[in-house]
Order: sequence, then C-alpha cells, then structure tokens
Amino acid sequence: MARYILQRLGYMLLTLFLIATFSFFLMKMLPGSPMKAEEKLSEAQLEILYEKYNLDDPVPVQYINYLGNLVQGDLGVSFQLNNQPVTDLLASRIPVSAHLGFQAMILGTILGMLLGLVAAVRNNSWIDYTSNVISVIGISIPSFIFAGLLQYFVGVKLGLLPIAFWEGFKHTIMPTIALAIFPLAIAARFLRTEMIEVLGSDYIVTARAKGVTKGGIMFKHGLRNALIPLVTVMGPMAVSLMTGTLVIEQIFSIPGIGEQFVTSVTTNDFPVIMGTTLFFAFFFILIILVIDILYGIIDPRIRLAGGKD
Amino acid sequence: MDKEKLNKDLFVPAKPDENESEQIQRPNLTYWQDAWRRLKTNKGAIFGLIVIVLIAVMSIIGPHFNDDGVDDQDLGLSKLPPRVQGLESIQWLRLDGTKTETYEAASVDAAKDRIRQRFTQRDDEFITYDVKREGDGSKDSAKVTGYYHIYEAKGLQDEYFWFGTDTLGRDLFTRTWYGTRISLLIAFVAAAIDMLIGVAYGGISGYFGGRTDNVMQRIIEILVGIPNLVVVILMIMILDPGIIAIIIALTITGWTGMARIVRGQVLKLKGQEFVLASRTLGSSHPRILSKHLIPNTLGMIIVNTMFTIPNAIFFEAFLSFIGLGLQPPDASLGTLINDGFKALQINPHIMIFPAIVISLIMIGFNILADGLRDALDPKMRE
Repeated sequence: MARYILQRLGYMLLTLFLIATFSFFLMKMLPGSPMKAEEKLSEAQLEILYEKYNLDDPVPVQYINYLGNLVQGDLGVSFQLNNQPVTDLLASRIPVSAHLGFQAMILGTILGMLLGLVAAVRNNSWIDYTSNVISVIGISIPSFIFAGLLQYFVGVKLGLLPIAFWEGFKHTIMPTIALAIFPLAIAARFLRTEMIEVLGSDYIVTARAKGVTKGGIMFKHGLRNALIPLVTVMGPMAVSLMTGTLVIEQIFSIPGIGEQFVTSVTTNDFPVIMGTTLFFAFFFILIILVIDILYGIIDPRIRLAGGKD
Repeated sequence: MDKEKLNKDLFVPAKPDENESEQIQRPNLTYWQDAWRRLKTNKGAIFGLIVIVLIAVMSIIGPHFNDDGVDDQDLGLSKLPPRVQGLESIQWLRLDGTKTETYEAASVDAAKDRIRQRFTQRDDEFITYDVKREGDGSKDSAKVTGYYHIYEAKGLQDEYFWFGTDTLGRDLFTRTWYGTRISLLIAFVAAAIDMLIGVAYGGISGYFGGRTDNVMQRIIEILVGIPNLVVVILMIMILDPGIIAIIIALTITGWTGMARIVRGQVLKLKGQEFVLASRTLGSSHPRILSKHLIPNTLGMIIVNTMFTIPNAIFFEAFLSFIGLGLQPPDASLGTLINDGFKALQINPHIMIFPAIVISLIMIGFNILADGLRDALDPKMRE
C-alpha cells in the first residue's frame, strides 16, 4: 500500500511538472501581450515593463526562473491586478469556489442518493420512472442552461432570489442548485443500479430468511454495500464541479477561482492562467488519488494495481 | 381451460425424424441483427434515435426553410418575438408574436402608462391590455398585463419568424439550425478522430503487450491525470479560434478513454483460439489486429463513441459560452446560447430555442448510448 501511494505521488509530481512546462511554453507561444492598453504604450515604456517582469530574458532562462519560483511556492504576480501575487489571489478566490462546490456536492449527493434509493426500492413504479427521467435530464442538460433558466424564472420573473453576487446565504442558493444537478443525477442513477443489484444478491435473501426487518435489510445490508462503488463516481462529479464553477461563477458574478480563470484567459494574464491551471490540475489529480486509495480501503476485494502489474 | 375436458387421445407422441431434428427452426441472427432486435424493444433508445435523426435532418434542411440568410442583419427587425402561423391563438405557447409585460402601479392608468413607456409607444394602437387587478389608489394595487403587437406595429403582418429574431435582427430559426449543423459537425468529427486515434493506440498497446504496452500505458496515465478542461482551454488560446481549433482541442486528450477500452478488450481477446488460428495460417500483425481483434471490439467502440459525441457537443457549447469558442459570424449552439444569455432578462426567446435544441440532442444521444450499451453488450446489462 505504502509503495503504491508513493508510486502514485511520483506520478502526480511528474504530471504537475509536465503541466507546468506545457502551460509555460503555451503562454510563450500566445499571440498578444499581457500589458494593459498596450497600443498606447511607447516602445521605451514597453521595454521598461518587459524588463520589470523579466519578460526580456531568453525563454529558457525565464523557464528556469519560473520552475525555481514554483518550487518555492511563488507563482509570480498578476499583470492585470496591480501586481497582486498569484498565490494571494488564489488564496482569496479558492474559499469562495470551495464553499459553492462543497454545498453543491452535499446537496446533489444527498438528494440524488435519496432519489436513487426510493427508485430502487420501488423498482418499475412511477417513482422509478420519474427518477430515471430526472437523472437523464440532469446528466444531459448543461449546467449553464439550468443556471440561465433558474436566473430568468426564479430571479427575474418571480424575483424570489438575487440573480448575482456573493453576499450571503440567499446568494448561494441558485448557483448551488444549478451546480448540484449533475451530481444529483449521477448519484441517483448510480445508486439505483447498485441497489437493485445488491437487493437481488444471496445475502439479502439470507437476511430476509433469518427475519431481519425491512428497514434493516434496506439500510444495514443493502445501502451499505451499494454505497461502496459510489466512490467511483466522485471523479466525474469533481470534474463537473470544476467545469461547472467556470460558467456558473461567470453567470452569477461570483468572485471565485473559475471566474478568475475565465477573466485571466480573456486578458492574457499569464501568471494567473498558469497558477490557476496548476491549481486545477493539482485538485484533479488529488481527487483521483484519493478515490483510488479510498476504494482500496473500503473494498479489499479490489486489489490496487501495485503488486505484480 | 377445463382440464377434464381434454381427451387423452388428442395427444400423439411426436415422431423423431432425423431430417427434422437437424433443421434450423429460427432464422439465424447475426450479432448486429440480434443487437438491433434488442435495441428496438428499448423505447427510450428508439425515442433518442428519432430525436437525433429529426434534429440532424433539420440541421441540414432547416436553414433553407425561408429566404433569411444566417447572417442577414436588419436592425429594424431586431428582437422580434417568435410567431408561428396557426399557433397564434394558443395563448400559453406564446408563439403569437407579441411582447408581454406586467406592471403594478397605484392605478390602472398608471400601469398602462408604464407599459406604454416600456414598449416606447405613444398611444394604445398596437397594445392590448389585460387588467388583472383594479387599483384602489394605494401603492401597487393595480396590476395590468400589456400585449404589444410588435409585428403589426412594424407593418409586418405577413411576416412570421418562427423562433423570433436576435438582437441584430437575424432570423433565429435559420441561425438555430445552422448552429446545430456546426455543433453536430464538430462533435462528429471530434468523435471520429478520437475513435481513430484511440482504437489504433489501444489496439497496438494491447496487442503487442510487454515493453511497448508498458511505455504506452505510462504515457496515457500521465495524460489522464491532466484535466482536459485545462488542456482544451489552453489549446484554444494558442490556436486561431474556429471550428478546427475546437476540434483539435477536443481530440488532444479525448482519445485516451477509447484507447483504454480498446486495449482492455484486445488484451482479453488476443489469447483466444481464433487469433492463434489466424497466426498459424500466417496472418501478419496488422491483419490480425484489423480483421480479427478490432471487429470483435466494435460494439464497445460504438458505445464509447456515442458517449463521446454529447460530451463534445457540451464542450463546444461550454467553450463558446465562456467566449473561447467560435467567433462571429460563425454560429454554433454554444454561441447562440451565449448571445441569448446576454439578452435573457428582456428577450428570453433568443436563448430558449437553441437551449431546447441542445438539450434534446444531449438527451437523445445519452439515452441512445445507454440503449446501445445494453443492446450491444448483454453481459454488461444493468
């Protein structure tokens, strides 16, 4: 196990290094300059600015410097936002996105699991049918369409909830719902299939034969075993939350990491783009690692690919 | 049926006949016929298939339904609400070509004034009112809904824009189907490229095994670790925005899923007798791969491709929505939704129609892919 985790951590570092390199050289290939109001600047001014940000060094030197700073946890300064260090920027933005993502994840998973559970217990009833329709719709329809519709009908037409900004619990409701649809759908669908399979297995028949109550069968024997594979869908969920935050934060004007990323992309703010990219990659790799390790711990039947392979 | 009425004499033992026992009773179904038979019984999948075919056909013929071009701008005709012949009398469908606004004010007249101002009209010639609540003089006691007959007001009694027009006065019906065409094109091409690379990579990796497999799998492991969202955005940034750029960005990491699936299947199949037989008969490696191994994984390949297509459509729309997709005058469902979103608060119809089409496409592909997975691989049946 320890060897496996070490091996995975090695891969993680390698991947992060590759992403850092990849994004660095892509940024160097980008057309356009990150300076604000570039047309108005004279040659001399541009030169001074380039020197200030060390953009006049040869690219390999810049690369070495970048990696050196990176190892020390320095992601550079933003070109657009008054030389604010990227690490500070990330530190102020990430909690907002994490709050939103966490809320959506909790809401989506709990509601989805309830829906899936009811659908499995009442298999082939109208509840099952409705739950299937909801999960197909939730998986299919992009979250930004949900967000748009919510904003229009609940926010503008009915005027029930604020349509933008991040100033209190009320402001978090609509973005959370829009973001929670996908986790909800995927959890419902997954738990339903798992639960139906588990309820048909021999040990459930045994439990019934020895007189375990319906609730006992459902929760102690059924749900516990059906929950194990739910860990695998955490991967797609995390990815959907990441893509989701990019658009949802844009739509609801939430000052999170996704909104920051989109803004930095449109303004060519290289250090912010590279920093955010690295953060996204780190988050993603971490989630995958955690899922794989968790999976091995809660279900010992799954052998981790560490051994002979 | 009453058991006692049955006479024993009715039953005669069947004569064993050598010729008949060898006869094939049912038609011999191939794998594909069998899969089609299973797919046909799946109502959802057939519904998905019909929706996709209809939308695909509309994306081809839809833009030619009227004389309006994709980029024919006429600011005089901007933001017209949808109007469809024959459906004008059905109130709740809101396809009657009127704009609606509801205001609350102290009196009915004050509310009417606000409605007139909202539609920038001097008199009531083209506005009809529906008084919901008579006012008693106190604040917001009166409630009036006004219907502004904008087609008549602009002298367009004979004009019908089925999906309305956008902020630049372009016909949304033409643009929606044209955008669908572009979105589908991007998705199909991206899925096809993913399939080609993935099948080749996975096939080679699985078939040759050993060191080749080891190296190729390590490469995939690293690629899979990179969130494709980030790669796609970075690629789009350095390429000139356009259809080609989106396709490249989507395929650059998209093939890894397919490669993994094909590798797994090939690994499983390559030890079987038919492969050994073929090798004994002197087949070359490419022949064994392309004639024996790949055709046997075709079911999985198709299912995986069917899941790739909606994913590609989603990513295209997503990129266009955050402004990294197609640039005007090109239109795709994503750019149309993005344009519509900017005008959502006052003119929701601009976003609604492309949003409905993209949702239908996504639902169609997802349930068809689910059905295909059940039909093509009965073992994996859930």
